[in-house]
Amino acid sequence: MSPLAATFRRDFALMWGAGGGAMAPLGFFLGAATLVPLAMGPEHALLVAAGPPLVWIAAALAVLATLERLFQADLEDGSLDQFLLSPAPLEMIVLTKGAALWCAIGLPIALAGAPVAIALQAPLELVPAIVMSLGLGMAGFIGVGLVGAAVTAGVKRGGVLISLIVLPFFAPPIIFGSAVAGGAGFGPAFLILAGCGLAYSALGPIAAAAALRLQVE
Amino acid sequence: MGAGRPFQDKPGLTVHDLAIARGGRALFENLSFAVQSGSYAEIRGANGSGKTSLLRAVAGFLKPRAGQVTFARVEEPSEALHYLGHLNGLKAAASASAHVRYWGGLLGGYERDALTRVGLRRVADLPALALSQGQSRRLALARLLVAPRPIWLLDEPAAALDVNGRNVLAELISTHCSSGGLVLAAVHEPLGVKPDQVVTVGA
Amino acid sequence: MLSVFANPARFMQLSGWAAPLFAVLALVLFAVGVPWALIYSPADYQQGETVRIMYVHVPAAWWSLAIYGFMGVASFVGVVWRHALADVAARAAAPIGATFAGLCLITGSLWGAPTWGTWWEWDGRLTSMLVLFIIYLGYIALWNAVEDEEKAARLAAILCLVGLINLPIVHFSVVWWSTLHQPASVFRPGGSAIDPAMMGPLFAMAFAYMALFGALLLTNMRAAINRRRVEAARMRGANAA
Repeated sequence: MSPLAATFRRDFALMWGAGGGAMAPLGFFLGAATLVPLAMGPEHALLVAAGPPLVWIAAALAVLATLERLFQADLEDGSLDQFLLSPAPLEMIVLTKGAALWCAIGLPIALAGAPVAIALQAPLELVPAIVMSLGLGMAGFIGVGLVGAAVTAGVKRGGVLISLIVLPFFAPPIIFGSAVAGGAGFGPAFLILAGCGLAYSALGPIAAAAALRLQVE
Repeated sequence: MGAGRPFQDKPGLTVHDLAIARGGRALFENLSFAVQSGSYAEIRGANGSGKTSLLRAVAGFLKPRAGQVTFARVEEPSEALHYLGHLNGLKAAASASAHVRYWGGLLGGYERDALTRVGLRRVADLPALALSQGQSRRLALARLLVAPRPIWLLDEPAAALDVNGRNVLAELISTHCSSGGLVLAAVHEPLGVKPDQVVTVGA
Repeated sequence: MLSVFANPARFMQLSGWAAPLFAVLALVLFAVGVPWALIYSPADYQQGETVRIMYVHVPAAWWSLAIYGFMGVASFVGVVWRHALADVAARAAAPIGATFAGLCLITGSLWGAPTWGTWWEWDGRLTSMLVLFIIYLGYIALWNAVEDEEKAARLAAILCLVGLINLPIVHFSVVWWSTLHQPASVFRPGGSAIDPAMMGPLFAMAFAYMALFGALLLTNMRAAINRRRVEAARMRGANAA
């Protein structure tokens, strides 16, 4: 097994295994989405006009909830030291951990975006675009999230701090993702979102790895 | 594997005029020593003297304030050394054998009887949270065997080990040295292996 | 130019007279700029007297952006050359930049009331500034949360550089999103759209802000260096004991 395959397998297994808590962000996503009509009122017209983009707020918050322990656990139990002794570059290990997080949490939330968007009165023909854009957006959120998690890995109770650091960088995916969900579908907004998601998930691991090298000092 | 096949290229490590500071406080300065292939070196010093920092600097985790660490006949130091720190690097939910498989992948190598050699055969399928402190330490020792690497950096390796565990550790160290590896260990009490040299840090 | 500041002792010597110099310069420029902007400059033919908010608002916007750029450069120097003074500079600049961004937001809100008829308009540039303000807060919070000062400096520098790369993306997306935005009107290709009579006071205020930034930055940096020296002395005392 290669270093990256081993990392992916371990992270994915830990997240979906006993006490891993991959269900929690998914549940959080559904819970947050349920609050939307409660806040806006159930009027059909209002939901049709403004509901679907709010899927994105729920998705962004669900990702935030997973970030705090992402590297902190590895720092505290000594696993991070071992990453540095692997033949694989730290950047690739971080990217792999991000990929495992995407598969364990991002993909389920993107798929759950379909029923949630329908419940928030999104037209059916828009649902495939919403699900795919959520998948790309989650990659972007996780890419930036890796940086936030890495720079705060040594901070106790750093959850709020991570949110403060990461939220401004969530603006672009939220903007273009909401445009997709709000009716733009597979248009230019979708393409820009795709670019954004890929760029964040490619650049995030580089910055995160630089931060993690400092954390082990 | 680690026991049978010697490290033929005879690796060595040299520390030149090393100075380390933590949080703005100088721990030691002008520390120099060399460890040859096949030898076991002990680092001794009081609490807070910088034993852990020295090991972490040798491992390449910590940038020294001055001086350097060089390796002889080693291509990529980070791939030729094992670091066993205070922390065992275990995940509570994963089983002992899952840890061994993971380390094999991460560090490159896979030694099936690593768990047997550290005496954890019976508990291989238990999650790490079910292991005692001593068993957790043994599991961390198994990492040294999973991927054969010539340089072992051990920080208080005997912590939490019982008499039997200490014997296992002593046996691992002497086997490793006799097959051409080298061991640098920070210790408080002798491990039961006669050190070839002693490095003292701090005044 | 940076090598002049390489040595903290020389920096302390140099900043010892540069900081008051900048302060005096700021005072003079404000003494010229404030009356010029608020009294002697012409009122706008559309917005009337409220246009005078611009002289506080626009330089604050420019400088909060420029200070972030300055922090980016300092962070880069800190990361690449592990330069302690660069870390100090980046950290010292952050609260000033955040204050300018905050000032820009407040004056933007005040300006919005008579112009757009609302205390907060989700205008593209104003929203971008709000995002920048939050980025500043995150940067400052990270500095304060990490106990080891040297580590905090490196981590904050990484965050600052990530922010620097992201700012244009954020700005582009926010502008794309906003429906009610005016085009940036001062540095427009093909000449300026602002009345030339307004340019004088605007630039006087901009230079006054710059001098103020210089004075505050150097004072903050001197305070940080002095604090470090005290801590180092205390550490030596603990070692000797």
